Amino acid sequence: MSAGGTGSQVEVVVTGLGATTPLGGDVASTWEGMLSGRSGVRRIDEDYDWINRRELPVKIGAPLVAEPAEVLSRVQARRLDRVEQLAVVAAKEAWADAGTPEVEPERLAVVVGTGIGGVTTLLAQDDLLETDGLRKVSPLTVPMLMPNGPAAWVSLEFGARGGVHAPVSACATGAEALAWALMLLRLGEVDVIIAGGAEACITQLTVAGFVQSRTLSQRNDEPERASRPFDTGRDGFVLGEGAGIMVLERAEFAAARGARVHGKLAGAGLTADAYHITGPEPEGVGQSRAIAKAVRDAGLEPSDVGHVNCHATSTVAGDVGETRAVRKALGDHPVLTAPKGAFGHLVGAAGAVESIITVLSIKEGVIPPTLNLEELDPGVELDVVAGEPRKVDLQAAVCDSFGFGGHNAAIAFTKA
Amino acid sequence: MADNTEILNGLAEIVEEVAGIDTAEVAAEKSFVDDLDIDSLSMVEIAVQAEDKFGVKIPDDQLAELKTVGDAVDYIAKHQ
Repeated sequence: MSAGGTGSQVEVVVTGLGATTPLGGDVASTWEGMLSGRSGVRRIDEDYDWINRRELPVKIGAPLVAEPAEVLSRVQARRLDRVEQLAVVAAKEAWADAGTPEVEPERLAVVVGTGIGGVTTLLAQDDLLETDGLRKVSPLTVPMLMPNGPAAWVSLEFGARGGVHAPVSACATGAEALAWALMLLRLGEVDVIIAGGAEACITQLTVAGFVQSRTLSQRNDEPERASRPFDTGRDGFVLGEGAGIMVLERAEFAAARGARVHGKLAGAGLTADAYHITGPEPEGVGQSRAIAKAVRDAGLEPSDVGHVNCHATSTVAGDVGETRAVRKALGDHPVLTAPKGAFGHLVGAAGAVESIITVLSIKEGVIPPTLNLEELDPGVELDVVAGEPRKVDLQAAVCDSFGFGGHNAAIAFTKA
Repeated sequence: MADNTEILNGLAEIVEEVAGIDTAEVAAEKSFVDDLDIDSLSMVEIAVQAEDKFGVKIPDDQLAELKTVGDAVDYIAKHQ
């Protein structure tokens, strides 16, 4: 489906941005890290004792640099799983960035998803049940592990009573949340939505599972060079954690309150492969349809889209196929980048954080480089930014996100 | 065996840890729900910690009757 027909569109603007990532505890430091070519990937086997205890072959990851529990109050941190903490931290930044909009609680909604949910709690409480019995299991176990928890805590934080929604589509979750928000704003039932994704799943079980599905990079001796989308030497993705949140508003509402606008969320396209539970359909048909739908939904022509912020995870299978899908949907002209080279794969937060990067690329007129892209895979026939940031005047750009399960999401942003 | 003052102080420490309420606020006449704004989930945590600290059993039907901090202190004093 596309997120609505062209024509009688309600315009939707981005007025607030918030993030906490492996590059920094906020949007500014994350963006600075992207432009300066920093890596958020490092050895994690000293921080997580289970890596050596379980003899896991992957000893690298992209953990947060700002601990959320140090930003929140002690009691709030205690009641929230890590993934919920991240969502609240990023939402607070986005809300402040939007100038703390005055909106009726019934006209404010939340759409915040996660790919995995509160797995830290799930594992810890299961351990407690095994070792100490029922009495020691926290009464907060279920609200801490449920995948709607991040969205629910954001709604409590800001008193949002217009609806709380939690899309779950693995690595496409963050982008899908933005697509849902666009649809809801177009329905006209709410004026403002806090939308995005959060993920905190660097745990022994999730890492072990990704190891067994042969999807993670094992470049343990060179962590900063491990995540290398589109490069011939890529050998898998690097698991990261983070959150990205946008404050989205009906353009009329934002204008009436004199809000500063970062850009427009102009269109969205959601499709499914129905091909394989984890592997992308090799011709990229579903991905291409999602991109084309987002562009059409935004009322744009393919030639208007100068840039695609790619999903490219640094796996052998996925990256090249995505470039074919872009080419099929848009042609040869878009300039690409892949943020996962810098901060790894943020799973359910990826599409939201990368959408923030896309909005800033249009706003600032600069595309950050794909970190570690040294030798372009010969299967890639499009122009990928590498080495230095590239200054480009952009009117429109698309952010791609694809997830296990065959989920394809593409979001089209335009200049304010 | 802890006396009532020791029980009150110990309980206040638990409430502070679970719900973030300053120990000075946790006085005998305060209602857990109405004055200290403690929800049913936190009450379960407080009860489990109190059981461990004071060596008592607080069954669910008894827990529901402990409206104020003083009620809890009296119950613990009687049952330890």
